[in-house]
Amino acid sequence: MIQALRLPLRARRPPDRFRAVTMAVSCIGPLVLIAVVVVLYRVAQPAVAHYGPGFLFARSWNPVSLDFGAWPFIYGTLATSAIALALALPVGLAVAIVLAQPGAQRVRATIGTGVELLAAIPSVVYGIWALYVMAPFLFTRVEVPVSQRLGFVALLSGPPRQTSLFTAAVVLAVMILPTLSAVSRDVLRAVPSGLRESAFALGATWWETTWKVTLPAARAGIFGAAVLALGRALGETIAVTMVIGNRPDVPASIFYPAYTLASVIANEFTEATGDLYPAALAELGLVLILVTLAVNLLAQVLVRSTSRATR
Amino acid sequence: MRIRNRWRRLQNTLALSAAYALTGIALVPLALVLGYTAVRGLPAASHLDFFLNVERPVGIPGGGVAHAIAGTGVMVGLASVMAIPVGVIGGLYLAEYGGGRWASGVRLAVDVLVGAPSIAIGLFAYALIVVPLHHFSGWSGSVALAVLMLPVVIRTSEGAIALIPSSLRESGLALGLPRWRVSLQLVVPAAAPGVITGALLAVARAAGETAPLLFTGFGNRFWNLDPSQPMAALPLIVFHDALTPFRSLQDEAWGAALVLVVLVLLVNLFSRWVLRRQIRLAGQL
Repeated sequence: MIQALRLPLRARRPPDRFRAVTMAVSCIGPLVLIAVVVVLYRVAQPAVAHYGPGFLFARSWNPVSLDFGAWPFIYGTLATSAIALALALPVGLAVAIVLAQPGAQRVRATIGTGVELLAAIPSVVYGIWALYVMAPFLFTRVEVPVSQRLGFVALLSGPPRQTSLFTAAVVLAVMILPTLSAVSRDVLRAVPSGLRESAFALGATWWETTWKVTLPAARAGIFGAAVLALGRALGETIAVTMVIGNRPDVPASIFYPAYTLASVIANEFTEATGDLYPAALAELGLVLILVTLAVNLLAQVLVRSTSRATR
Repeated sequence: MRIRNRWRRLQNTLALSAAYALTGIALVPLALVLGYTAVRGLPAASHLDFFLNVERPVGIPGGGVAHAIAGTGVMVGLASVMAIPVGVIGGLYLAEYGGGRWASGVRLAVDVLVGAPSIAIGLFAYALIVVPLHHFSGWSGSVALAVLMLPVVIRTSEGAIALIPSSLRESGLALGLPRWRVSLQLVVPAAAPGVITGALLAVARAAGETAPLLFTGFGNRFWNLDPSQPMAALPLIVFHDALTPFRSLQDEAWGAALVLVVLVLLVNLFSRWVLRRQIRLAGQL
């Protein structure tokens, strides 16, 4: 009966051209994403064909003999991002827990604004600050004492340098903190208040509620926030380039200079001549974008799954 | 039992103070970055020459960053013209018709594009525009910046438009207006402050980007408003001059960094104020 009424109505309704036009325009976003990957692949193609899959694990980087391998940069990128995440995770989670609590809105609004302003500061400003202020401080207060006392641990041996893997990781930690805390805060807020209230009603303290109820309920989303922050750290270019020391080598200690995928492109691409050298740099860019896209995709799926499951 | 409860209470106090202490630590870098940029940047940025002159060789006083301010303005302006209309219409689609599978696919792709490394976007614009034209140009820089702005504009406009309560749409539809009139003449004007501030946030983000301009806009030591030539930009000045051994150039870098920070902070605080106002107004509708 209802079907019979509805069909002629639908037939009479004119097509929604507005919808079609806006939908077509909205497709530009995904198309750009695909275009970026395709174009990068085409630039990198000579190197992909010439070096094959061994490119990823070769350790030399010699523009003169055209002997290129990505391993020092992949190592530097992964190491800086992993250390940065380890440093930022406790702080970011604490900020998210504080911000997600109900009540005392004025204090929280101030803290939230402050942390989000951290995200707004341009990367190059972090770079100049890290180079002139943070690196000398870390050198005298952290790197030198630690390498003197704990130098027998291979990764902490000296002599340290001001521009090092460690310095880059610390500035990255500051830069990913806002992503980490903002996304985890949203995830924590999406945890149904009934869960928390039941824990309180059973006599649990604030800490027991947070640690045993709220955080486990938001686990997947917090993991997603961490993965999202990891993606930001992997792709960060300028601040890292200014403080990592730019040496294409797998460093024996975190206090030695290193290099990342993004910073070698930033430093060398304008000076790369010939066919293979720029193509090799573009292949580094291709590796970087494919890894960050995969990481971001995983993060988005994780964050979405929690906010949908608990809504 | 009593000892156990005292332990639980102590544990609770410790954890609570640890959480607040760590939150305090999170704000330390903000204060340090802002403080040092202000202190180190003011000596250079307090001269009027800094905003009126172009770069001068080391040792000659009176150099400035006027060309970089102009270059950033031109490239970000062109990028805005490319990215903002497309982004707003895309956001409109996601907010107005965004329930389906296709829209969530678009949303996912856009969120992933936000996370794409800016240096890779620079390589993209290089391959797309610099290679065919055989030289660096402001145009290629603005294309790179537009790609970075687009996802931000889409998502912020979607957010701003989705804030408008559906009762406004329903009243328009009940009066017999077609969907496009409802969207363009009722919903978008109501959401305009939010959409505009979202676009402003994207502009601020683009103005601070260095990596995508390294091999597109490239930088220029001279006054230039022609986007078919290499163009200077404030972040490029900070990046190049900070790494030189000359004190005067380092001061110039700090000065340019201060200009960037002030710009970005003003836009962010302003947009925060507008957004709060919008949420309050939308609650009243």
